[in-house]
Amino acid sequence: MLEDKHNIKAWFYLAPAMVLLIIFTFYPIVNAFFLAFLKDFNYLQGTWQGFTLTENFRFVFSNPNFRDAMLNTFIITFVSVPLAVVIALLVSVWLNSVLKLRGFFQTIFFLPYVTNAIAIGMAFAFLFNRNFGLVNLMLGWVGISPINWVGLGASWGWAMIAFLVFTTWSSLAFRIMVFLSGLQNIDKQYYDAARVDSTRRYRIFRRITVPLLSPMIFYITITSFIGAFKTYTEVVGMFGLRLGPPGNDRAMITIVALVYDALDRSGVTGALSEAAAAALILFGITLFFTLVNMQVSKKRVHY
Amino acid sequence: MEIKLNHLTKIFQSKKQEETIAVNQLDTTIPSGKLIGLLGPSGCGKSTTLYMISGLLKPTEGSIFFGDDDVTTVPPEERGIGLVFQNYALYPHMTVRQNIMFPLENLKVPKQEALKQAQDIADLVGIGELMERKPAQLSGGQQQRVAIARALVKKPRVLLLDEPLSNLDARLRLQTREEIKRIQRETGITTIFVTHDQEEAMSISDEIVVMKDGIMQQKGSPQGVYDEPINEFTARFLGTPPINMFDAQIKDGKILVADAAIGDSKLSDRPVRVGIRPEGFKITKTSDFKVEVEFVETIGRDTTLIIKDPQGEGKTFRAIVDADQKITPGKNIALSVKPHKMFLFDAETGERI
Repeated sequence: MLEDKHNIKAWFYLAPAMVLLIIFTFYPIVNAFFLAFLKDFNYLQGTWQGFTLTENFRFVFSNPNFRDAMLNTFIITFVSVPLAVVIALLVSVWLNSVLKLRGFFQTIFFLPYVTNAIAIGMAFAFLFNRNFGLVNLMLGWVGISPINWVGLGASWGWAMIAFLVFTTWSSLAFRIMVFLSGLQNIDKQYYDAARVDSTRRYRIFRRITVPLLSPMIFYITITSFIGAFKTYTEVVGMFGLRLGPPGNDRAMITIVALVYDALDRSGVTGALSEAAAAALILFGITLFFTLVNMQVSKKRVHY
Repeated sequence: MEIKLNHLTKIFQSKKQEETIAVNQLDTTIPSGKLIGLLGPSGCGKSTTLYMISGLLKPTEGSIFFGDDDVTTVPPEERGIGLVFQNYALYPHMTVRQNIMFPLENLKVPKQEALKQAQDIADLVGIGELMERKPAQLSGGQQQRVAIARALVKKPRVLLLDEPLSNLDARLRLQTREEIKRIQRETGITTIFVTHDQEEAMSISDEIVVMKDGIMQQKGSPQGVYDEPINEFTARFLGTPPINMFDAQIKDGKILVADAAIGDSKLSDRPVRVGIRPEGFKITKTSDFKVEVEFVETIGRDTTLIIKDPQGEGKTFRAIVDADQKITPGKNIALSVKPHKMFLFDAETGERI
């Protein structure tokens, strides 16, 4: 009896959080699964013709932009995530070792975190401007003629490079902050012990810092992968809603963009189900790579 | 490897520019191949001294010599020392074997050779079967041995131990301190260890250095310092139970405590402090020093009498006597004092006189 009473009380305490979670998280997830398997669902009329296992997914695959979206998303994920993790690690180790002006540098590296992605994207678009951007100016100093990064008719390749620079940079802040707090939690005695044992600096980094920081590195890698698969805002920030340089529309399309594309047509029969199917594909990809990450890191993370 | 410290001084500066003198003009020579205990209460500068010898702390003044080499400015990497930290600082992600091999890998010892040396040293400290474990899977005593093995494996010129036994329970502490003594004797490495536990220092050191407030008080063999303390601080710091201190007067060649003569002195009449070791009392019938016994503790072969101090209300002192003598609380007895267990100190400065 006593047990039951406690349970009821506990559910009451949980109720506010549970209600919000059910309405805004669990219901949409279940609904997305449901929608993805409805045949000829019309959002405006609320009608459908039974269920289908594959039709909505075939709609997604037959989208002319599907291959580009997959390719772009994978390039963005597999280039910018490893790059950003390594750079963030090096910067935070360096920041942890500087004594003077540390607060100043920390603030500088943290600025992108408190700045809106759209604003940063626009700033980068300007940096990469063909005629008066800083990047071309600096390339000019070493004798490289101006490159059309993101301007009218810019090629997919240059636009992608510019975008990778931007997205890598803008994601550094949070990672550096996590790594720094991890570094500051490592007992200084390990470093004293390593010094007494004549350990060279690179070896200290590889054999002591990285293993002791591995839980943080693992956490950052997983969340970065998940974040990168969902890339969309940054594309809009740099290229606007055309999702590509002028004259090369949709060159930078990502998987999330496919979802929004389909949602834009939500009045059309089957479009909402197509969006749900695209979202499920993204979910599947993210889940798969997270599981791979967890498997790989099992032996390398030291808690 | 003989270690010479010349005017070694360390001043720490706080953010408010306040200065703390942790070690003050320390001058001493540590003989080669011996086990030396740096002893003192917390905050006396003993650990600071150890870390200056290791090179992890830079002295503010003075110099350090290893043999004929001036190592004052040599970084710890190049000093060839082994250091055992108070918390051991074993790398938690490495196995015992990897921990012990780590210093050898830094010195680029070939793999096979390193494996063999690691195993040999592990056998020496008695952890040869635990090589594949992680530090978290070891007991405190085992971790301590791994730390010693890691410090010893590169055959350092000097082995430094910072409070090596403070994290162990009482039983393990007794066992491990003998172990340290044995390992030191087998390897013959000059070893300095820091402790605040005088019993620990006395039991295994060849020599002890007693420090207080950054200043070296006395140096010598444990028994020598115990038998001939140069001031009240060392007299009080060494010995369990501690020495008994009394305010006394010297009058006409007699040492008077509470108007009872407890010994002779050639000094002229003056007030003094007198210290008497607990084992320095004898029960007699002929003494003027008459006292009342408050408690009796019989532990094995000894009987400790807790006696009312005739000079102080509520104060007591301790005397260790033979268990043969049957004494009950409340009894009045007369005590005489063995002259070589009694020390006179200047009432003002605390120096031995």
